[in-house]
Amino acid sequence: MSGAGPRENVFATRMALTNMKLRLKGAETGHSLLAKKRDALATRFRAILKKVDEAKRKMGRVMQLASFSMAEVTYATGDISYLVQEQAKLATFRVKATQENVSGVLLPAFEVDRVSGSDFNLTGLGRGGQQVLRAKEAYAKALETLVELASLQTAFTILDEVIRATNRRVNAIEHVIIPRLDNTIKYIISELDEMDREEFFRQVVACNNCAKVQGKKKRDKQAITEGEANDVQALQVYPTEPQNEPNQEVELPDEPNQETELQDEPNQETGLQDEPNQETEFQDEPNQETKPQEQSDQETEPHDEPEEASVDLLSSRDADIIF
Amino acid sequence: MAAHTSFKDRHLIAVIGDEDSITGLLLAGIGHIDEHQKKNFLIVDSKTQISTIEAAFQNFTERKDVAILLINQHIAEKIRPTVERYQQAFPTLLEIPSKDHPYDPEKDSVLRRVQKLFGE
Repeated sequence: MSGAGPRENVFATRMALTNMKLRLKGAETGHSLLAKKRDALATRFRAILKKVDEAKRKMGRVMQLASFSMAEVTYATGDISYLVQEQAKLATFRVKATQENVSGVLLPAFEVDRVSGSDFNLTGLGRGGQQVLRAKEAYAKALETLVELASLQTAFTILDEVIRATNRRVNAIEHVIIPRLDNTIKYIISELDEMDREEFFRQVVACNNCAKVQGKKKRDKQAITEGEANDVQALQVYPTEPQNEPNQEVELPDEPNQETELQDEPNQETGLQDEPNQETEFQDEPNQETKPQEQSDQETEPHDEPEEASVDLLSSRDADIIF
Repeated sequence: MAAHTSFKDRHLIAVIGDEDSITGLLLAGIGHIDEHQKKNFLIVDSKTQISTIEAAFQNFTERKDVAILLINQHIAEKIRPTVERYQQAFPTLLEIPSKDHPYDPEKDSVLRRVQKLFGE
C-alpha cells in the first residue's frame, strides 16, 4: 500500500511524518469546512433557483401588460417612438448594486434607483397623455420586476460558479490530497518500520557475531584457562620442584591430621601419661607438622634446617599417603 | 469571480429590442446617451443585420457602466450561439418577451439551465 498511489516527495523521517499528519488533519478540517460551505451554498442556490423560475414567469405576464399599455399609447397618440428616442439623454431609471454575503460569497443585488430628470413631459401633450402616463407606470413596474429578476439571475450565475469551484475543491481534497497524504504517511511509517527492523536485525546479527565471538572467546578462554590451569599446575609442579617439600606439605593437609591422629594417640597416650617417651619420639615431627599450619612463615625456614632429614621423611610419607 | 470587480459602477440598463419595447422602456426612463453620443439601446427591425446585433451585444457586455442587458427573446434567438457563450455575471443578461413574440421559457438559456438543475 505504501508504494502504491502518488505521494509527496519527502524523506522518511519522523519530522516529515509529523508534518504529514498535521497536513492530513488540516486537509480533513478544510474538507469538512468546504463541505459545509457547499451545503450552505446549495441550499441558497435551490432557493434562488425557485425564485428565478417564478420571477421569469411573472416577468412574462408583466411584460405582456406593459406591451398592452404601449399598444394603447400607440393607438391614442400615434407613433411616439422617434420622439421618445430623441428625448432620451440621461437615464432616470437606474440601478444600484448592493452586496449580500452568503458564506463568504458576495452576491450582488440590484436595487431600483430613480432619479428625477427628463420625464417626457411633453410627450402626449396633444392627446393620449393619460395612456402615456399609464404606459410609463406599467413599464416602470415591469422594469422593477426585471431588475429583481436580474439580481436573482446574477446571484444564480455567481453561485453556480462558486458551487462548482467549491465542489472541485472538495473533490480534490477528498480524492487527491487526502489519499496522497495517506500514502505518504503509510510510506513514511513503513520506511521507519523497515529501518527499525533493519536496525534490530543489525543488532541481532551484531549480537550473534558478538555472541559467537564471545562464545569463541569463552571457549578460547576456557581452553586458555584450562591450559593456564595446566600450565599453572605445571608451573606449580615445575618451578616448585626444587621446593617440593613445602608444596607437598601444602598438598598434604591430611598429613597433619594423620599426624594429629598420630598426635592424638600421643595425647591419648598422654592421657595414658606416656608423654615423655613419645614426645621425644615425635619431637622431630612436630616441627614438620606445624609447618602445614603455619605454612607461609615456616615454609622457608624449616627447609634449610632439617632439609635432608625431612626430605627423607616426607618423601617416604608422601609415597605412603598420596598413593 | 472576476465578476465581482467594480459592479458598484454599473447602474445602467441597456436594451436590444424592437421599436415598441424600446419605446416603452425609454418612457420608463432607462435611456442614456453618454458624452461620446453612445446610446444604451439598439432598435432592431427586420432590416437590421445580425452582425450589427452581435456588435451591439458585444459592445453592451463590454461596457463598464451597464448592469443589466435586456434583449428581446426573438432577437436573442438570432444570435443564440453568442448568447449561449455568454457566461459572465455582469452585466446580467435578461431575455424579455416582446409584443409580437410571447415569452417562451423553453428558449431562455438561463431558464434552461435552471430547469436542467431541477431535473425537469
